Formats: sequence, C-alpha cells, structure tokens
Amino acid sequence: MTITHESNTESAMPAGIVQDRLAHVSAAAYRIRHHALNMGEVQGQGYVGQALGAADMLATVYGDQLRFRAEDPHWEARDRFLLSTGHYAIGHYAALAEAGILPVQELETYGSDDSRLPMSGMSTYTPGMEISGGSLGHGLTIAVGMALGLRHQGSSARVFNFLSDGELDEGSTWEAAMGAHHHQLGNLTAMVDINALQADGKTDTVLRTEPVTEKWESFGWYTQRVDGNDVGALLAAFDNAAAQAAAVGRPSVILCDTKVGRGVPLLEEREKAHFMRIDEHEWQVCREQLTAGYEGKASA
Amino acid sequence: MSTTTSAAAAAPTVTAAAAATPAKPKLKTSAMIASFADPGQKTASAPFGHALVKAAQENDRIVGLTADLGKYTDMHIFAKAFPERFFQMGMAEQLLFGAAAGLAETGLVPFASTYSVFAARRAYDFLCLDAAEPNLNVNIVGGLPGLTTGYGPSHQATEDMAIFRGMPNLTIVDPCDSIDIEQAVPQLAASDGPTYLRLLRGNVPTVLDEYGYTFELGKAKVLRGGNDVVFISSGLMTMRALQAAKALAAHNVDVAVVHTPTIKPFDAATVLAEINTDRLAVTLENHSVVGGLFETVASAVVTAGVGKRVVPVALPDQFLDAGALPTLHDRYGLAVDRIVAKVLAELG
Ligand SMILES: Cc1ncc(C[n+]2csc(CCOP(=O)(O)OP(=O)(O)O)c2C)c(N)n1
Ligand SMILES: [Mg+2]
Repeated sequence: MTITHESNTESAMPAGIVQDRLAHVSAAAYRIRHHALNMGEVQGQGYVGQALGAADMLATVYGDQLRFRAEDPHWEARDRFLLSTGHYAIGHYAALAEAGILPVQELETYGSDDSRLPMSGMSTYTPGMEISGGSLGHGLTIAVGMALGLRHQGSSARVFNFLSDGELDEGSTWEAAMGAHHHQLGNLTAMVDINALQADGKTDTVLRTEPVTEKWESFGWYTQRVDGNDVGALLAAFDNAAAQAAAVGRPSVILCDTKVGRGVPLLEEREKAHFMRIDEHEWQVCREQLTAGYEGKASA
Repeated sequence: MSTTTSAAAAAPTVTAAAAATPAKPKLKTSAMIASFADPGQKTASAPFGHALVKAAQENDRIVGLTADLGKYTDMHIFAKAFPERFFQMGMAEQLLFGAAAGLAETGLVPFASTYSVFAARRAYDFLCLDAAEPNLNVNIVGGLPGLTTGYGPSHQATEDMAIFRGMPNLTIVDPCDSIDIEQAVPQLAASDGPTYLRLLRGNVPTVLDEYGYTFELGKAKVLRGGNDVVFISSGLMTMRALQAAKALAAHNVDVAVVHTPTIKPFDAATVLAEINTDRLAVTLENHSVVGGLFETVASAVVTAGVGKRVVPVALPDQFLDAGALPTLHDRYGLAVDRIVAKVLAELG
C-alpha cells in the first residue's frame, strides 16, 4: 500500500494517532533541529540541511517507536537503529541526546579532535551508534544480517535501517532488498530520506532512481510513501509497519519525502547543496526562525 | 590537550577568578576535504580537471566519468568543458568502473573518478577483471588518498596502494603536487593499460617547479643531493620530505630527496643507486606501512641483494582516528616536525 502525501495530511490524520503523541514527537523534532544548528555552528559547516530535513523521521523513531534503554545502550532486547548514511550523524547524535543516550552537553564536541561524536558516524566511537556507516550502501546489508541473527536467536527485537536516497544508487542496497524479501524478514524496517539531493546535485540529475515506490513494491516489500516532514503521516506509517511486523513476513520500507533545511525558512529557500553554506551571523537567525515556526505551529 | 596543561603549569599565579572562567579552547575540527597546503603556499586550482581538459582537446577519445563526486574530484571542470563527453554514473562505483571498462572496449579513453577508498575497496573486482585483465586504457582517479581527510576509516584510503599493487597490469602514480598532476595526466592517457592516480584536488600546492623537475611515467627523480641521509618519497610526502630536508640542514644534517611518483612499475634502478650508499635511508609515504612505498623499496633492496636498513615514515598498520588533518598528521608521524625528530633520533 502507499500512503501519499495528499491522502495523509493532518486533517485526514488516521484515527488512533492521539494528539499527545503528535505533540511529543513534534517537540522532540524541534529539539533535534535546535541541537543540529548548535552543532553545525561549532563546525561552521556540515550536514545541517540534512539533519533539519530528517529530524521528523529521527524524532518519530526515537520518540515513539524504538525500544531501548537509555542507560544501557547495549541492552540485548533493544530494537536496532542502523544509520547507514554516516554523514547524517549530526542528526543522529541530536536524536541520541534527545533519547537520553548521549548527554546534551556533549553535542558541542561534534566533529572535534578526540570527540566521541565524529563527523561520520562510527559504532566504535558513540554509544547508541550500532554500525559505522559512511561508505554508503552498507547499512541495509548489515540490517539483513542483524534481522536474521535476532530472529534466529528467538529475539523479538526489530531492526530499523536509515538510508538516504543517494544510497539507492548502490547495487548493494538492492542486493539487500532482495535478501530481506527472500528471507522474509518481517522484523526489518527501512526508512529512506528522499530529499532529492546528493553530492553532485539533484538526485534526478545524478541518477534517476524514480519510480522508487514501485521499485520497493516489486522487490516484495511492504511499501509506504509519506511526507517525511509530516509527523502525523510518519506516525501512521510507522504504526502500519509495526502492525505488519512479524518474525516471518514482509520487510517494510517507509519512503519519506523531506525538505532540506526544513523548519528554517532561510535554509529551506537557499539553493540546495550537499554542504550547505551558513555564514557566522546566520546561525542565530536560523535558531530564531526555527523557534518562531515551532511555537507558531504549536499554538495554532 | 597538552597545550592547555602546559599553559596552566607555566602560569601558577593565575587568579582564582580567571581560573574559574577559562577561555573555552577552540575545538579543532575535521573537515571533509581539508587542504594540506601550508598557509601562504603557492597553489594551483584543480590541476587535474584542467589537465584533463587540455588532454581532451588533443585527444578526442578521452571521456570523463564520476560516481556522484564530480565536484569533489575536480572532474566538474571537465564536465563543464565537455558536457557531451562526460558521464555521471550516480553513486554506483561498481557501475562506474565496469562502464569505464566498457567504454574502453569501444576504443575510448575513460578517466573515472571517485574517492580512493571506493575505487580500491568496493570496485576492485570490476577493475581487476574488466579493466586490468584485458589491459584496457581505463584511468582510475582516486580522491582522498592515504590520510587526506579527517573522516575516519570510511574515507581514509590508508591501504589503497597495498590493494592496488597486487593488480597485474596496473600503473600506479602518487603525485606530489600540481606539476606532477598536470604532467602526468597526458602520459596516463597515452599509456596503454589501466592506471591509478592518487588524486590531489582543490587548491593543490605547487612545489616541484623549484627543482627543474619534469614528471616522466615510470621514473624516479633525484630532487636534491645530500651527504648524510637519503629520503625516498612519493605523493604529498615528497613535499614534506623537502621541507624536512630544509629543517634538517639547520641541524647540520645534509639530506638528499628522491621522488618516486610512479609506484608501479617502480624505478628500482634509480632508487637502488641512491640507497646503496652509507647514508641513512628513509622512505616517506602517505600510506600504511604495509604494502606501499616502504615495502616496494624493501623488496627492490632485497631482490638486488643489497644489505641495507631502511627506515619507514608511514601510517601505522591500524584504523586511524577521526579528527582534524593537522592533528592526525602530527599524531601519525607525517608532519615535518615528526620527520625531523625521527631522523635526528636515528642519527643518534
Ligand atoms: C560508497 C560511497 N560512495 C561515495 C560517497 C561520497 N558521498 C558522500 S555523501 C554522497 C551523496 C549521497 O547521496 P545522499 O546521501 O542522498 O546525499 P545528501 O542528501 O546528503 O546530499 C556521496 C556521493 C560515499 N560516502 N560512499
Ligand atoms: Mg539525499
């Protein structure tokens, strides 16, 4: 099935998504964005645009879906969240702080010498970081192994794999997609940030990956496509995926159309770039715009 | 951080108030593509891109490809000059090099760019069997060779030469500067089989113009003579070797520098003639101590039956840290100060 952007606007929000879940996740997404701006300012550069775009996806997973113990990131029964897209670590660190796995204070060390929070996410550095991504297109293959391994050992833990749309270029992603379907990994959920951007420019000028929905469907996955910046739509999609989840069943993919720089109009309107340029004086403007937008929406 | 500690130790009279609000140390941060040019150093912009355009003006069989890293490998210069001869393959490195082989099969001369890690690690099988075994003129252009990014093991190609040296037919070039790159590109295009260029991109230092140097594929060059020590170096470490040689002169140590930009096939004759002397022999490379220049030199020495100790300056056999490039070059011994200290220690 496919939930389209249009059919899943807030006014048509499916019953069962209570307002406080929405508010809880939206607040988490706001704080993740705020953290990301602060981290970006320390670096003076980086993947802030991606973090802002993916904040709602990350907030939904960490704030609503994932089973974990903040004080024990290695708890055996935890659900696994695998960040394949290593350069999105800035957003993931913010989500880990939001989840209480990392101290908020530590975020300011992002990308600095001897920090536990390197620019590209690595499991050997950071509590809660399950794999070392960064060489793109690895995550889903590892996720297949984890899902197989957990099921084999009788665990009911689920595996979530975060991918970027650029990672759909890699053949390995599709090898994994076939493998997951073949092994009937109903405990596996992939979430793809479709921000229509990659290193050399817009995705459709680099490598046309569309029609993405039909590809995943034809690979046998339970496929949903949503507005990845609509928390209500994300909650509904993750609920659907959770309802489908089973030890033996179809793997699930949630294709999330997102906007680079989401939540900060200054950046939403800036020319899209893999490395977004933000001048020194603009960081404060960004934070103010973010807060104004969030408070405006919350009171509306 | 050692600087903070020593500053505090040197200033025991600091007031309590001042001590309570120490200035936050400015954090050293890791950039994706950090420049290794020294401040104020003469540089050339995108020498590879411009050299490829020039070569392509003379040879209409040259085509360019990349795997979503055109802007980051200076291939975008070529793409702009020859849009109809440029192919964007997406972030799909196996496709990139398989397709490069296919293009070469039709008589074209492809230059295909990505980061060294992805060429060496992910696409090896495609390069080995589709390009090298049929000995096709496929030119691999690898960005971020060795330790030229602070991003950690996913991007640090510390073992690219070790991987590629095992591939029969492949020519490997590790250029020092913009001069090397400008002069190497047409020679790589003109040489028949597959090649691998350890790309330096962006603002690349211009160093070798001061040494009456020209790049010749397959040849090592003596850049300067010296009575006490001989440096055998490649890549950006030749720049560091020359700087270290100057610094060592202040210690009355006279250092010769031999630049070996072609790692394979290796100019053993030139290097052995320089090594087989009483001088301390040191290899310097921006690569793991395993499988790179040091072992290339060592095997040439042993094969020739020369009984000679060789001291490596190279990256350790381990996965390296993430961090700022100057921090890491210092930590792993590639910085000029570390080279100087090592040589002085060896000389005793
Ligand atoms: C295997 C691999 N090839 C190339 C790269 C270099 N690279 C880093 S990010 C990127 C773009 C990938 O697309 P996406 O993640 O969608 O980019 P974004 O949305 O962040 O701009 C590329 C090509 C990489 N990290 N891994
Ligand atoms: Mg993208």
